[in-house]
Amino acid sequence: MPKKFVHDFLIIANSQLNATNFLIKVQSEKKLPTIKPGQFVNVEIKNSLEVFLRRPFSVFDVDYKNNVISMIIKILGRGSEKLTQVQVGDTISLVFPLGKNFTYPDINDRVLLVGGGSGVAPMLFLAKESGLAKEKVDIILGARTREDHIDVSSYSEYATLHYASEDGLLGEKGFVTQHSVFTNNLQQYNKIYACGPDGMMKAVAKEAKAAGVFCEVSLENLMACGFGVCLCCIEPTTSGNKCVCTDGPVFNINELQWQI
Amino acid sequence: MADLKVQLHNLEFKNPVTLASGTCGFAREMTEFFDPSLLGGFFLKGSTLKNRDGNEYPRMAETASGMLNAVGLQNKGIDYFIQNIYPEIKYYDTQLIMNVNGSTVEDYIELAEKVNELDKINAIELNISCPNVKEGGMAFGVTCPGAEMVTREVRKVYHKTIIVKLSPNVTDISDIARAVERQGADAVSLVNTFLGMAIDAEKRTPKLSTITGGLSGPAIKPIALRMVWQVANAVQIPVVGIGGIMNAMDAIEFMLAGASVIQVGTAVFKDPLVALKIVKGVEDYLDRHKMQSVNDLIGALQV
Repeated sequence: MPKKFVHDFLIIANSQLNATNFLIKVQSEKKLPTIKPGQFVNVEIKNSLEVFLRRPFSVFDVDYKNNVISMIIKILGRGSEKLTQVQVGDTISLVFPLGKNFTYPDINDRVLLVGGGSGVAPMLFLAKESGLAKEKVDIILGARTREDHIDVSSYSEYATLHYASEDGLLGEKGFVTQHSVFTNNLQQYNKIYACGPDGMMKAVAKEAKAAGVFCEVSLENLMACGFGVCLCCIEPTTSGNKCVCTDGPVFNINELQWQI
Repeated sequence: MADLKVQLHNLEFKNPVTLASGTCGFAREMTEFFDPSLLGGFFLKGSTLKNRDGNEYPRMAETASGMLNAVGLQNKGIDYFIQNIYPEIKYYDTQLIMNVNGSTVEDYIELAEKVNELDKINAIELNISCPNVKEGGMAFGVTCPGAEMVTREVRKVYHKTIIVKLSPNVTDISDIARAVERQGADAVSLVNTFLGMAIDAEKRTPKLSTITGGLSGPAIKPIALRMVWQVANAVQIPVVGIGGIMNAMDAIEFMLAGASVIQVGTAVFKDPLVALKIVKGVEDYLDRHKMQSVNDLIGALQV
């Protein structure tokens, strides 16, 4: 039986969240397999001569009852830009579920989730799926400006939300790693998870490592296939080059060769 | 229902659709999507004598209707394959073809000797056309003496089907094809990727760590098709057609140009199930044209 699928989905929602982020929801006629936080889908980009390959996106949410997958799409280049132009009613092909998920926290764990930009998507999905009481889960959401923040207030059901913005207009001023929740006492957490720009994840990883706390990050290396055959998205690790698409995208920071 | 079986030298393929080396792993990666027995065969990931880490990241750049890669033959070496992968995949009911790469002629000989011992692997594809390695690889495939030497020496030690994978980065690919035919190749496969390059103008840097890489995808199809047609007319041995095949019509075009078997490559990255769709599409075409056998397509171009 196949473990990975190529299915056509119906676009049922495409809404602009702010200047560069869109929320796209797609529905399958078929029953969805289990998709876990940290896993991704590889999305077909239609009607573009310039965009040949699919584009990978973290899963933001799964509604198994209605077979709906949600993704937050940040416009980064011509592929993501084209994708945000899809209309409700269009069909689109997804290859899924791909990659390894974040390690689930233990029931007594206290966890810190750090999301930057569209990297908040898998963090919020993890908060929702973790099964932990909200008192056990802190999320720091970072963005450049107040306008760059996505409204995720409904997730206060699953976690305590903290905001950081470089303009200081939402939450604390500065980077996520300058937020008081982050600088206060990292050792109170059993697990730290991060997803966002490379610089942000490295900054989080550096402090987590110094504090000796378990930390996983989700990488975004350029990929062609998404299922481990092209060997393009490699990341050097302590056990050689690994494919971000199949050995990741989630890696424990101790596996990586980051100079932090 | 038309008969899809084809022969390549003395190998029987249940259909002419196979996956190209470097785009299907060691076949088992594809079993997460479909039953491997549905395809004619799998040209396995290029293997070398020793472990190779490959080139540095970034190794890939998307281009108009295609992509450049500079993977550089990352693999764990032939012994790792024999011990850890072959025992699992040898039960697949399909043709498994080992793709091998050497830095020296001696490497090819040693690789061929090892592959010759593998019961369920009935053919070897000699990659003398990889554009992404510093030593060996394409260096052998761009001159007649180089291509002849590798083929001649492997022929002495390898007793099953030898397929030589040709580089398109040459003045006249037919000359190279004739040269390897003279030295005992049982078939040729073509084309490997075209040497190309991509630049990030904003950063004023190359997009690949190696500066240049191999271009594949539908962008190269018309050139590959022309080369397959030229080579099919230049040699007596069968031809395996490769180069930007995206759908059944593309596959049929390559067969009309003279290919007995085709390899789907880069299209797999876009759609892991594409080869199954091509099998179905070829079957539909034959039925629609009331043709009894896919063999009636091979070299049937009317000029």
